[in-house]
Amino acid sequence: MSDNSEPGIPAPEGPANLIDTEYEVGQDNISMSVGPFGLDIHNPVFAVSGLTIVAFVFITLAFQESAGAAFGDLRNWLTGTFDWFFLTAANIFVLLCLFLIFSPYGKVRIGGKDATPDYSYSGWFAMLFAAGMGIGLMFYGVSEPISHYSSSVADNAGTPESWAPLGGAAGNPAEATDLGMAATIFHWGLHPWAIYAIVALALALFAYNKGLPLTMRSVFYPIFGERVWGWTGHVIDILAVFATLFGLATSLGFGAEQANAGLNHIFGIPVSDVSKVVLIAAITGVALISVVAGLDAGVKRLSEINMVLAALLLVFVLLVGPTVAIFTGFFHNLYEYARYLPELSNPFGRTDDNFRQGWTSFYWAWWISWSPFVGMFIARVSRGRSVREFLTCVLIIPSLVSVFWMTVFGGTAISQLVNDGYQLVVDAPLELKLFAMLEALPLQQVTSFIAIVLVIVFFVTSSDSGSLVIDTITAGGKVDAPVPQRIFWATFEGLVAIALLLGGGLAALQAMAVSTGFPFTIVLLLACVAIIKGLHSEPR
Amino acid sequence: MYKKIMVPVDLAHVDKLARALDTAAKLAKLYNAPVTYVGVTSSAPGPLGHNPEEYAQKLSGFTATQASTHGIETDGKTVVSHDPAVDLDDALIKTASDTGCDLIVMATHIPNVADHIWPSNGGRLATHTNASVFLVRG
Repeated sequence: MSDNSEPGIPAPEGPANLIDTEYEVGQDNISMSVGPFGLDIHNPVFAVSGLTIVAFVFITLAFQESAGAAFGDLRNWLTGTFDWFFLTAANIFVLLCLFLIFSPYGKVRIGGKDATPDYSYSGWFAMLFAAGMGIGLMFYGVSEPISHYSSSVADNAGTPESWAPLGGAAGNPAEATDLGMAATIFHWGLHPWAIYAIVALALALFAYNKGLPLTMRSVFYPIFGERVWGWTGHVIDILAVFATLFGLATSLGFGAEQANAGLNHIFGIPVSDVSKVVLIAAITGVALISVVAGLDAGVKRLSEINMVLAALLLVFVLLVGPTVAIFTGFFHNLYEYARYLPELSNPFGRTDDNFRQGWTSFYWAWWISWSPFVGMFIARVSRGRSVREFLTCVLIIPSLVSVFWMTVFGGTAISQLVNDGYQLVVDAPLELKLFAMLEALPLQQVTSFIAIVLVIVFFVTSSDSGSLVIDTITAGGKVDAPVPQRIFWATFEGLVAIALLLGGGLAALQAMAVSTGFPFTIVLLLACVAIIKGLHSEPR
Repeated sequence: MYKKIMVPVDLAHVDKLARALDTAAKLAKLYNAPVTYVGVTSSAPGPLGHNPEEYAQKLSGFTATQASTHGIETDGKTVVSHDPAVDLDDALIKTASDTGCDLIVMATHIPNVADHIWPSNGGRLATHTNASVFLVRG
């Protein structure tokens, strides 16, 4: 029990506009006992999701080559053919969020007019950051700015073979640096957070203000009406579970490979299947302890620990790196981001196909496939915030943190390359680029160790919050389902990761998970309509 | 001997609480002590209400029925928890000290293997509160 939820009703929650439906949360659930453990699961979402996931794992393992090629082709076809669609949709999400911040709808409070926040700013922010992007920032903070810089400054920039953004800046390091940073920030700034914010806002609104179950399907009530309680809704929820579990399991598998490479680099721990399986088991084990300890004692506490560690690492690099350059770089990069934003987000009439389809469109599909998980988790912990406050904290502040993070890590790496001629940040494999950058700074043993711990704990915080989300969806929106269910999902995720790691197929199923970004883009566009309808009927 | 009795209730499974409720009411009469029924819920919509207020209304309806059926003095306390499946014990421990009860009467199940992994709610309450704890087998 946390400090801020007093016994009894804390305060009158004020008027809100409940949706009048006969549906009762949990009415389709089955309660049963498996051995000594009680279960309370949605029929058929729990069973169908679980079986579909097992089936996909088996298909991928049995037909490795053809499945890998098929899923990879599907993802490439979707992100290549529908790049305009992903880019346009993401722009709509950003514009809608910005509109809502400044419109009178911004005054609507999640949980009713007089609701008070469930979590303090620090706990709330730590959780949404740890679930949403922490792990990505660790891996791409150094490598992505370096990639864009290198492709932009290369002689072939602007040709069809080049991966440079917007035609690059061949032979012009200063311009290429600006472009590289702007393109990276573009992929980690307003757009991804707007994607999360839309899902989170829609879910929070329909659960806490409209009284519908906290599960993906509820967002579609204004569009499908009572049909969302039938197969239409089942499909949406199953797809959300599918995307979340495969998204988490495949990044856990890849994460173990990357963490193993890092540990090998620093401590000489051998790169082997055994090390990787031990890493996955350890991460899953800590995630299990965390979900059993609960939202407050487990997930929130770990997220806060991670925030402190990440801040320490950031401040360290800031102080021992080019401090002044970073501070001025922050504002400079912000300016460059704003300057290039219209061009980078333009879906039509561009010639940088490789960059637009291979980077931007892929990223948008990826963020969108994560959005049911991250969005639902953010929704769960955001009760009591006004829409304006919510969007400021889920869209604007995280975007600024991303700019700062990228400036510190990417900016330092580019400066090492351009000013000091330090080639290792380019030559090191992707998973070691961060360590290569830290190596050129003092105290590298300490900072590399902190970085490894951060990577591992960020995986734990994704895994535990993901298990909570999947548990809630497969329990028909009930947040108080028996604890063994969340243990099941956390364990299942670890086992899927191990099976794919040992049997091959991580890349194939990650491609499949990213492909779910396409149907979810349609889902999110419909969610935009639902948000406006929902906010319109709220007392302001 | 007892001045105030607390009875944790799971409104979703009132049928399983019959013996515990009966025991609590009889003890209340014997010692002329008021009974506080405690329900733990989350702020997310659930089967017992769209929000904590609706849950509280259900609980107060329940306490009123108990009062009239057994002729005892009752009240209800709704506790809102972020994660009720996990935080139940802590919520009850805090409420026990807040209400100042000196006897807790609660329903319990027949122990099974799972109790070796998770200690029972009653056991934790007895360890962490000053009240006496009366566990009633259903």
